Amino acid sequence: MAAAFETPPLGEYPVIPLVHEGTMAHSKPFVAKPEHQKGVGFPGELVPDWEKVAVAKLGELVSESRALRVFLDSCVKCGACTDKCHYYLGTADPKNMPVARQDLLRSVYRRYYTLPGKLFPKLVGARDMTKDVLDEWYSYFHQCSQCRRCSVFCPYGIDTAEVSMAARDIMDAVGLGQKYSNEIIGKVHKIGNNLGLPEPALRDTLEGLEEDVKEETGVDVRFPLDEKGAEVLLITPSADFFAEPHIDGLIGYAKVFHAAGISWTLSSHASEAANFSLFIGNHDNLYKVAARIREAALELGVRRIVVGECGHAWRVAYSFWNTLIGPFDFLDPRYPAPQHICELTWDLIQRGALELDKSANDDKVVTFHDSCNVARASRMGAVPGGQFTIPRNVIRACVNKFVDMPAETIGATTFCCGGGGGLLTDDLVELRVKGALPRMQALQTVVDEQGVNYLAAICAICKSQFTKVLPYYKHPMDMIGSVHGLVSKAIVLGPKP
Amino acid sequence: MTIEVNGQTFETDEEGYLTNREDWSEDVASEMARQDNCELSDAHWEVINFLREYYDEYQIAPAVRVLTKAIGKKLGADKGNSKYLYELYPYGPAKQACKYAGLPKPTGCV
Repeated sequence: MAAAFETPPLGEYPVIPLVHEGTMAHSKPFVAKPEHQKGVGFPGELVPDWEKVAVAKLGELVSESRALRVFLDSCVKCGACTDKCHYYLGTADPKNMPVARQDLLRSVYRRYYTLPGKLFPKLVGARDMTKDVLDEWYSYFHQCSQCRRCSVFCPYGIDTAEVSMAARDIMDAVGLGQKYSNEIIGKVHKIGNNLGLPEPALRDTLEGLEEDVKEETGVDVRFPLDEKGAEVLLITPSADFFAEPHIDGLIGYAKVFHAAGISWTLSSHASEAANFSLFIGNHDNLYKVAARIREAALELGVRRIVVGECGHAWRVAYSFWNTLIGPFDFLDPRYPAPQHICELTWDLIQRGALELDKSANDDKVVTFHDSCNVARASRMGAVPGGQFTIPRNVIRACVNKFVDMPAETIGATTFCCGGGGGLLTDDLVELRVKGALPRMQALQTVVDEQGVNYLAAICAICKSQFTKVLPYYKHPMDMIGSVHGLVSKAIVLGPKP
Repeated sequence: MTIEVNGQTFETDEEGYLTNREDWSEDVASEMARQDNCELSDAHWEVINFLREYYDEYQIAPAVRVLTKAIGKKLGADKGNSKYLYELYPYGPAKQACKYAGLPKPTGCV
């Protein structure tokens, strides 16, 4: 088990901490073993001449992406980002100020790819690519959840997540990978989902859910798998099959499809919405994971693709699928391709297709955590800000008591749960607990002032992260739930009276 | 990392999960629990045995809900919930119990 650490105390109001150098220098995730590396196409261990390989890879990345080059060239050290990162706020380690973390890579870029850095490295803070630098990268680029909150405040619009992704891509290229992400991506290539859940186990789990829902409601709600000719292919994180409270969300989706009379299916070939390749910034893996979804959609002959509650998956689906695995000209053009499950449910609610009994959730005072990849990297519906209003509209249709957390901690300036971006692993639990501080502070405000007792989210990572960290902040772990868990409770099945 | 049981040494990963499933024995499970300051009761063993049976059939640990349902059937409905399982396995029923059962750690957003 992890070494002891102290949970940061919650004050009356949020505080920007004084810097404590090196407080998180010890934090680093387990290194991927050769078999994990090979499964995703990277060298098994640190390659000979790795310094040269790293510098060459950096050069390749900046030549391929003008955006990355601009992000590396244009920072003026204004400091606007310094107090915007939940990991800085929770750890006080100055290298977790976004500008300082990016500079770990920027200093190397400057040394090899700018004229002043080549001529006068010391004058411009340029550094050689050394083992110490690499180790520092490994530690601090795994203390960024790529949530992009700092980018919202950057006057130049520098996308810090891209810098973290580039650093991880370079580390993978030289054979220094992170076990958590790379083992998982390998499982998707091999079996089709992050868990490594094979088809018979998935089928057994879904059959069990059919029994449970029948027992609970008396209605035969189906959880179809690999059914050709279904209208909708549902792509959802495999945590929805496995974990609590995720599975309540899956039950909610199934009840919505049932109530609306939409035929749907899951796929055992594409039984995962998550695409951790985004976190490691690797295009080849990103494509390979996403391609399974196109293959499944064509094989099953579906007319629509709907994505379940998963934050970064929605970013990949909404922002990247079209160029990665599109065009989706084989899908029904009357619906968004892809469509978020919240869009689907909200559309049905507006059309009066669902009967919802809000009083079923009267034991709850609910607030909503905007997940970073949904909030800052995607949209829902036809109007700007739909990614904020639509999930809240769904919740409000299902509960009587809903309140928002303080404005600066939600919407486009939402705080990360503390476990995103490939950091949801037990070897980083100290970082996760400390990084959750700003969200926990905001939550405490509405718990104290409004009696909130339920935190709803639409991301599998957020749900698992909160289950783990809520008890550190003296809240019950089951305070976190799925938005479609609320739908599941409120929805009235069977013929309308 | 390794774990030593009855004079034999077995390889584990960084978090103490057995590298080779065939190295498992009841003594290995008890030793792992002892290192976590946990004494295995009959209820703990029900969970471990179910996990091992399920894994033999499906090559994966069961979903938390599958596990709670099975335990509810064996030990009584009041115990078929994740709260009870967390009391038995405070580090998380899926992860801690899988370790004692000699299974790999569940991966993903769990």
